[in-house]
Amino acid sequence: MSIGHVLLGLLTERPKHGYELKREHDDRFPGVKPIAYGQVYATLQRLERDGKVAVSGTAKEGGPERVVYEITSVGTDEVRRWLAEIEPPAPYVSSALSTRVVLALIVGGTADGYLLRQRAAHLERMRELTARKNTAGISAGELLATDYALHHLDADLRWLETARQRIGELTKEIRP
Amino acid sequence: MTLLEARRIEKTFGRTHALRGVSVAIESGEVVAITGPSGSGKSTLLHCLSGIMCPEAGEVHYDGRRIDTLDEAARTRLRRDAFGIVFQFGRLVPELTAVENVALPLLFNGDGREKSATVARDWLERMDALDVADARPGELSGGQLQRVAMARALVTGPKVVFADEPTGALDSLAGEKVLGLLLEAARVNGSTVVLVTHDNQVAAHADREIVVRDGAAAGVVA
Repeated sequence: MSIGHVLLGLLTERPKHGYELKREHDDRFPGVKPIAYGQVYATLQRLERDGKVAVSGTAKEGGPERVVYEITSVGTDEVRRWLAEIEPPAPYVSSALSTRVVLALIVGGTADGYLLRQRAAHLERMRELTARKNTAGISAGELLATDYALHHLDADLRWLETARQRIGELTKEIRP
Repeated sequence: MTLLEARRIEKTFGRTHALRGVSVAIESGEVVAITGPSGSGKSTLLHCLSGIMCPEAGEVHYDGRRIDTLDEAARTRLRRDAFGIVFQFGRLVPELTAVENVALPLLFNGDGREKSATVARDWLERMDALDVADARPGELSGGQLQRVAMARALVTGPKVVFADEPTGALDSLAGEKVLGLLLEAARVNGSTVVLVTHDNQVAAHADREIVVRDGAAAGVVA
C-alpha cells in the first residue's frame, strides 16, 4: 500500500492541505496506523515533483498558514490506474502460529495446550472487537476496519481447529 | 450463582459416544457459547441441559433441582415455564402465521387468545419483525424466520434461552443483526443464554466459551 496513492485518492475530492490529509487519513482508515505529519509533507513534495499534485494556494483557519494542494490530471490518471489493479494475494500468510505448533510437538510432544491457549487469546481479542462494534456512535469506517480484523482472527481460529485435526499426521512425521 | 449445571453426563447413540462425562456450570445472567467441530457433541449437550433429552449417566441440575430424573411431562412443563429454545431453521409451525407461532407458548400456558396475540405482536416488534406478523413461515426469508423463532422463544420471559446454531442459516450481516436482537432482548429480560455454535464470530458475542471435543469439555476458557 503506497501512501502516495492514498493521498492522491483523498485529493480527488477537492484541494486539501497537509494537516487535513493527515486527519482524514486517520479518520477514514481507523484500522491503519496513524500517518506521521512529516510523512504527509514528504509525500506531497514527492508527488509535486512528479507533477501529480500542484500547490493551489494557502489556507488559514485560525492557525498557521497552510499550503493547499490539488491533484493534477497526471495524478488523477495515476490513482485510477492504481485502483484498477489488485492487491496481490499473499502466497504465505504469517506462519508464527504454525511454527509454534511444530515446535510444541518437537519440544514437548504435544500441541494441545498451545492450541487451546491460542484459541482463548484469539477469542478474547474477538470479544473486545465485537464489543467495540456494539459501541453507540461507531462510524461505518471503523465498523469496516473492525470487521476486517474479526474475519482475519476468525480465519486463524479455523486454521487452529484444522491444525488440531492434523496433529496426528504431523506427530507421525515429527516423531516417527 | 450457578443456575444450570451438568455433572459428568454421558450420552450414546448406538455405538456413538456423543458425551463422555461432560461437566459444565453456567451462572445466572451469563451468555455462554458452546463451541466445537461438527459431531463433537455440542448440540447433544444443549439438548441434555435443556431437558429435551436425558443423559444415561451423570446429573443435570437447574435452579437447585435435578431435572434429568424428571418424567417427560415434568420436563415439558419446565421447558415451557423456564426455557426458550431457538433452532437453526426456526422450526415454526408452517400452517400458522408468525404472530400465531409466537403466541403459541402463551396459549399453552393458558393465556387468553387476545392477550397472547397482543404480547406476541409486541415481541415481534422488539425483534424487528412486526411487518411479517400475518405471513406464514413459507413466505419468510431466513432472517425473518429466525426473528420470529426468537420472538417465540422469548415471549414467555424465560430464565434461560437455548439457541442451537441460531444464525447458521444466515449470511454474516443478517446473522449479526439477529444475534444482536436476541442478546439485547435477553439482557433486558435478565435471561441466561446458552448458544451452541461452530461460528467463532458468534462465539465472540458470549461472555465465555465452553469448548466441546469428542464428547468432552476440552477446556473451559474464560
